[in-house]
Amino acid sequence: MRHILSILLENESGALSRVAGLFSARGYNIESLTVAATNDPSLSRMTIVTTGTEQIIEQITKQLNKLVDVVRLVSLTETAHIEREMMLMKVRATGNDSREEVKRVTDIFRGKIIDVTESTFVVEMTGDGEKLDAFIRAVGEEHIIEVVRSGTSGIARGEKSLKV
Amino acid sequence: MELSGGEIIIEALKEEGVEHIFGYPGGAVLHIYDALYKQDAVQHILVRHEQGATHAADAYARATGKPGVVLVTSGPGATNAVTGIATAFMDSVPMVIITGQVHRAMIGSDAFQEVDSVGITRPCVKHNFLVQTVEDLAPTLRKAFYVASTGRPGPVVVDVPKDITAPEVKIPFSYPRDVQMRSYNPTVSGHTGQIHKAVELLLSARRPMIYTGGGVVASEASAELTEFTQLLGYPITNTLMGLGTYPASDEQFLGMLGMHGTYEANMAMHDCDVLLAVGARFDDRVTGTTADFCPHAKIIHIDIDPASISKNIRVDVPIVGDVKQVLEVMLQAVRQTDRRAKPDDLAAWWKQINEWRATDCLAYDRNSDLIKPQFVVEKLCEVTGGDAFVASDVGQHQMFVAQFYKFNKPRRWLNSGGLGTMGFGLPGALGAKLAFPDEDVVCVTGEASIQMCIQELSTAKQFGLPVKVVNLNNRYMGMVRQWQEFNYNKRYSHSYVDALPDFVKLAESYGHVGMVIERPGDVEAALREAFAMKDRLVFMDFITDQSENVYPMIEAGKPHNVMRMRELA
Repeated sequence: MRHILSILLENESGALSRVAGLFSARGYNIESLTVAATNDPSLSRMTIVTTGTEQIIEQITKQLNKLVDVVRLVSLTETAHIEREMMLMKVRATGNDSREEVKRVTDIFRGKIIDVTESTFVVEMTGDGEKLDAFIRAVGEEHIIEVVRSGTSGIARGEKSLKV
Repeated sequence: MELSGGEIIIEALKEEGVEHIFGYPGGAVLHIYDALYKQDAVQHILVRHEQGATHAADAYARATGKPGVVLVTSGPGATNAVTGIATAFMDSVPMVIITGQVHRAMIGSDAFQEVDSVGITRPCVKHNFLVQTVEDLAPTLRKAFYVASTGRPGPVVVDVPKDITAPEVKIPFSYPRDVQMRSYNPTVSGHTGQIHKAVELLLSARRPMIYTGGGVVASEASAELTEFTQLLGYPITNTLMGLGTYPASDEQFLGMLGMHGTYEANMAMHDCDVLLAVGARFDDRVTGTTADFCPHAKIIHIDIDPASISKNIRVDVPIVGDVKQVLEVMLQAVRQTDRRAKPDDLAAWWKQINEWRATDCLAYDRNSDLIKPQFVVEKLCEVTGGDAFVASDVGQHQMFVAQFYKFNKPRRWLNSGGLGTMGFGLPGALGAKLAFPDEDVVCVTGEASIQMCIQELSTAKQFGLPVKVVNLNNRYMGMVRQWQEFNYNKRYSHSYVDALPDFVKLAESYGHVGMVIERPGDVEAALREAFAMKDRLVFMDFITDQSENVYPMIEAGKPHNVMRMRELA
């Protein structure tokens, strides 16, 4: 089953590799991993999307908590939460029909065209993973030049929060 | 007081109460060695290979309970230390390893003797640090000792770039008293409700079993465990790492369990109705096939490390906490209740256990003309009164000690259980002897293992560490040979050790006493003679039966109740 783990960790050199190393050393899956400093520059916030049985997820959670750099950890999957991913897509856009079509699909998906040349557009799109997948299908492989996805970030709904 | 980085390291060691460190100098740590030279409070033991330093410090820690300290240089100094660091990590031994590193400005440039020590050791340490500024040095060392010795103990590496230790950069020194780490708060107290549930379950048992491991050693909970077990009158088994935490000579002790455990211990595991696991981690050498592990039992597990709970075996009553504290609370509850099992309630269970015991599963041929390794260990136990510190290497000899040396005290049995590191024994014995100069310290080894760190015979000479070496010499890697006999149709692929040195001459060339013993009748006299030489290292080369195997044996994929037993004529 797919799980989203949200982690606060010390913003120190090596902390990321401790987390990544744990996953590879113990043979756990990482579907995506995002990390950046928070409003408190001494802390990083990491979101990991992983898959596994309940028992494996339990072990992953415990092993992560055991890392000295991990300050707090929560599984978002267990609570009401929002997840978002950002995608930048460079699309072939030549000829009026093609350019209109890309613009129309982008509007339907509530994306933004953020770079325009005579032959290309760059589209910015946020949403959950499924929405981004759907957009890729809607544009069509033959028009896509490249795709950059951020990986999932997540946050709990309502009053719940992950803080020190 | 203004100090350089090198001096700060020495002062920090003093503040931590460190009396001995094990190490080997090199370019990146020369400033530290210079600071070491100018003082007397910390004694440095110069080993002959960095692996020896880590094993010696590890055994020092196992024997004393205090963190072992290692100082090695960058690059090969650090990589040579890795085996010993991993050994300590697998067995949860507190250690602080200071590794030199190249100048900060040169990090990442593939400089001479540069290696990413923090990266290389990351998967086999509890934590590690790269010190970034001289101001960080003292707080980092304080954290290192704190992390190494609290919670589930383990090795911590502190990587120190050379320029941070330079004598010309001096800063005001004060050693921090307290450690504040928001991300590290080891759980200590067990959950009261869970403890209550555990006690209720234990009181309801009619076929109870207590299974305990190295966590009891780490938590110094031997006395509590012994009183608790005796108050309940339940049978108890120890893992390889737990030997000595319950007196082996006591009637309730069933011996070690697991792959080479006793018949009675393994059968009792398989048939018990309630299992109390204390400071043990359900290692694969202990459980046999996990699908058939304790099939009739409700399982209680006390461990300080939440990640150890339900990792290999799902348990019914988990208790996260310090073993000693949890056992104290449980002991209190058991003392106060009148619902403890009466002898009659357990009679059927003990009758069954004693029937298993009657199989005498460790029996071996006592009439052989060849020296049986078991016989040597039995005699060793007799001659040392069962009271020596015994360090071993890895293989058959290790199992024979576990089976035949009756440890009645914790911290006397020093061996690499988790990683299974050949080469541990001799430097390990030296570490223990340094800590306990007036006690008998033995290295039980084999002719294959001993050669992995034999250079430390030189260290023993230089620092006056007169340990006794019992070399069970069967000219084979015995455990490898045994598996090849059982599983590879006696194709002894590369397990025969040809071209062995003359160990007597070898010992003598290092300035020690060497003996060779070839007949069973000479074993006891040789041991007595050797142990009478209090101030000499004596290397006893016992020429043993080449065909001897370790029994019983649970083979891979088999449960506790399926054991391969010795067939005696």
